[in-house]
Amino acid sequence: MTAPASTQTVDLVARFPDSVTADTRPGFSGFIVKKENLVEVATAIRDEFGFDLLSSVTGVDYLAENMMEVVYHVHRTTGGPGLVFKTQVERVDPVEVPSLYSVWVGADFQEREAWDLLGIKFTGHPDLRRILMWEGFEGHPLRKDYKEGFFEEETKPFKSRWPDGHHNYVEFKNPYRDNLIFPEGFDPDNYTPKNEDDLYFSLERSSMKKAEGDLNTDHIVVNMGPHHPSTHGVLRVAVELNGETITSLKPVMGYLHRNHEKIGERNTYLQIMPYTDRLDYFNSMANNFGYAIAVEKLMNIPVAERAEYIRVIMAELSRIQNHFIFIGMLINDLGSMYTPSLYAFEERELILDIFEAVSGARMMCNYFRFGGVVRDIPADVLQKIKDLVFDRLPAKIDEMERFLNENEVLVGRLKGVHVLNAEEAIRHSVTGPVLRAAGVPYDLRRADPYSVYDRFDFDVAVRHNGDMYDNYLIRFDEMRQSLRILEQALKQIPEGPINSQKPQYQVRVPAGESYGRIESPKGELAYYLVSNGKPNPYRYHVRAPSFINLTAVETMCKGVKIADFVALLAMFDIVMGEVDR
Amino acid sequence: MYGKGILKGLSVTWKRFWDTYLDDISWWVRGKKRYYTTEGVAHRSSKDARGIFTVQYPEEQLIQPEEFRFVPFLVFDGNEENKEVRCTSCGICAKVCPPQCIWIVRTNDPNTGKPVPQPAEFYVDMDICMNCGFCAEYCPFDAIKMDHEFAIASYDRNVYNLEKLLKPASYYAEIRPLNYNKEEEARKAKEAAKAAKAAAATQAA
Repeated sequence: MTAPASTQTVDLVARFPDSVTADTRPGFSGFIVKKENLVEVATAIRDEFGFDLLSSVTGVDYLAENMMEVVYHVHRTTGGPGLVFKTQVERVDPVEVPSLYSVWVGADFQEREAWDLLGIKFTGHPDLRRILMWEGFEGHPLRKDYKEGFFEEETKPFKSRWPDGHHNYVEFKNPYRDNLIFPEGFDPDNYTPKNEDDLYFSLERSSMKKAEGDLNTDHIVVNMGPHHPSTHGVLRVAVELNGETITSLKPVMGYLHRNHEKIGERNTYLQIMPYTDRLDYFNSMANNFGYAIAVEKLMNIPVAERAEYIRVIMAELSRIQNHFIFIGMLINDLGSMYTPSLYAFEERELILDIFEAVSGARMMCNYFRFGGVVRDIPADVLQKIKDLVFDRLPAKIDEMERFLNENEVLVGRLKGVHVLNAEEAIRHSVTGPVLRAAGVPYDLRRADPYSVYDRFDFDVAVRHNGDMYDNYLIRFDEMRQSLRILEQALKQIPEGPINSQKPQYQVRVPAGESYGRIESPKGELAYYLVSNGKPNPYRYHVRAPSFINLTAVETMCKGVKIADFVALLAMFDIVMGEVDR
Repeated sequence: MYGKGILKGLSVTWKRFWDTYLDDISWWVRGKKRYYTTEGVAHRSSKDARGIFTVQYPEEQLIQPEEFRFVPFLVFDGNEENKEVRCTSCGICAKVCPPQCIWIVRTNDPNTGKPVPQPAEFYVDMDICMNCGFCAEYCPFDAIKMDHEFAIASYDRNVYNLEKLLKPASYYAEIRPLNYNKEEEARKAKEAAKAAKAAAATQAA
């Protein structure tokens, strides 16, 4: 019998002696692939070694070495640790790297993001447009030599704040925003934006016009959003319609873009923590969790035992309240305003009360620190968590199911409407409940356990039809499993310190890279960090599940009715704070 | 049967409707006030809440837990006439602040030019503050703390200066009694240890 795929060691150098070398920089791991052989090696990684899920694609700008590096993280949906491979190119414009779109479609948005923010041109990508910045924007903001508007200093803390910090407004100091770059020959008086053309051309290119019968009907383009109430924020979707049927679709995002990663690179390690709260603002506990894990990996420090349990309790409570909102908002999108969503919000309120009592804020918790958490759970709050977990929530989940599950309108709208099948979901790097509802039992808490999840007895929620009704039901399954974890965690939680480190505002982080990932309620949330030993991270990248799940929205929605599109989009449970970053 | 699911769902809302009134009656029978009282609000945000869940803001307000944080303020000991500002202008809060909204001018001795542990000016730009609580968490002198007062909307910009930031220690003890007592105990223990050490030193001499 051959060893299962997840335990085989991967030796790419032996397989490709000419084109692959091991990454031997201290603190770094993985393999460096020559860019000429990238597609060939990637195909082998997928087909021979079984890494079917492309987790993350990102770039790092090594300005001093005059080098751009593209970093790929791939995983197996059967579980186990991941594989990192990189390709390095000289930093001359245009920086060109072959696209891996043909190997993993999930590279689509991530390569567009790397092109947009770092200026790495992926040759062979079918639709390489800017994604977060607007078309017509000049420059690539994540490059190390790019300075944003109101630029003050390379890194925080700024010297102007202390010991001679006379307050002044940044816009008074810099009224003309003179560190913004404009294209050569740019004249604001005679400027007519052409930035929409590319979008509509690309809509046209991927249209299914030709595939439909002989009758030549007109197709119309409809822009949904960015202020459409059902797009969960400021997401705009350009849709091409044939009657009521969607023939082509492109999401347009970036309306909430603030370049979280650039802000992160200016911040110290600790200062990033409250910024992560603002990514997926429904689950700040989960965001903190992933970031804390990434930094702890880099620093190589243990986490206090009690803190591990507190973290798990908070993350699972967060998952329950997230899924309650999901259900409420899904029903809202289907046209039944208020009653179900407000019922869902009641339980969420109670959970947020707990977050507020332990961390001080209902949504922007900022509760995790490297090595533990900020403060212990007070005894009365622990009692309240127990009351909720053992008494109230199980009954309320049942009540919610009784309330909605058999509702004829809901069933009629959801049942049998195809979302994604397993193969499509994996190909598009979709993670989280949508992947599991398609029949792939891939849950990081089991597939690659972090924290103390390996100590709990729970099942990975999975359903097999891949339609919307399954996607809806799986949230109930997940909430029940979260309750199981919570019950065990609350029984097992030990006494002791809540942080393994002394509280310090400036942590020492050795040089190297790390990839910390957790199963957030929306999918795989991961942080990629590169440290050069300084107080600020050299590179800070967020693998946002909402953003990458959206890669599949085009495939998913082609051929469906426009009315179903709203519900299909709701399935991904996107949060624009995380999509746009 | 078609329509069974809808009827089942309606029974849930119907139950919720009656729960509100049943709870009202049971409170009335026990002679307690359910609305516009702290007790009533506490009940509505507990695990036993049934029926109506909402709070009539601003007449009723949710009970803030001790750890609730909004914007920072500076603590002074003593009284209004003679404010002993705890801040030593060490600058840790300004360094740890993620959006860099704290501005401090350190006092310099006019004769020697050496720094004096006292802030000459202290600004917090409340429009930029992200309410993270790092300044209070890492202050070694318990001088800056997070406030419970959240209704600070105004027509102007909110840059708070030293005068506006300073609040008495009694106010701090009122909003965060547990933390205040813990810190006072730690301070006393430290002072006692220092006194014991000094006594031992004089004895040895």
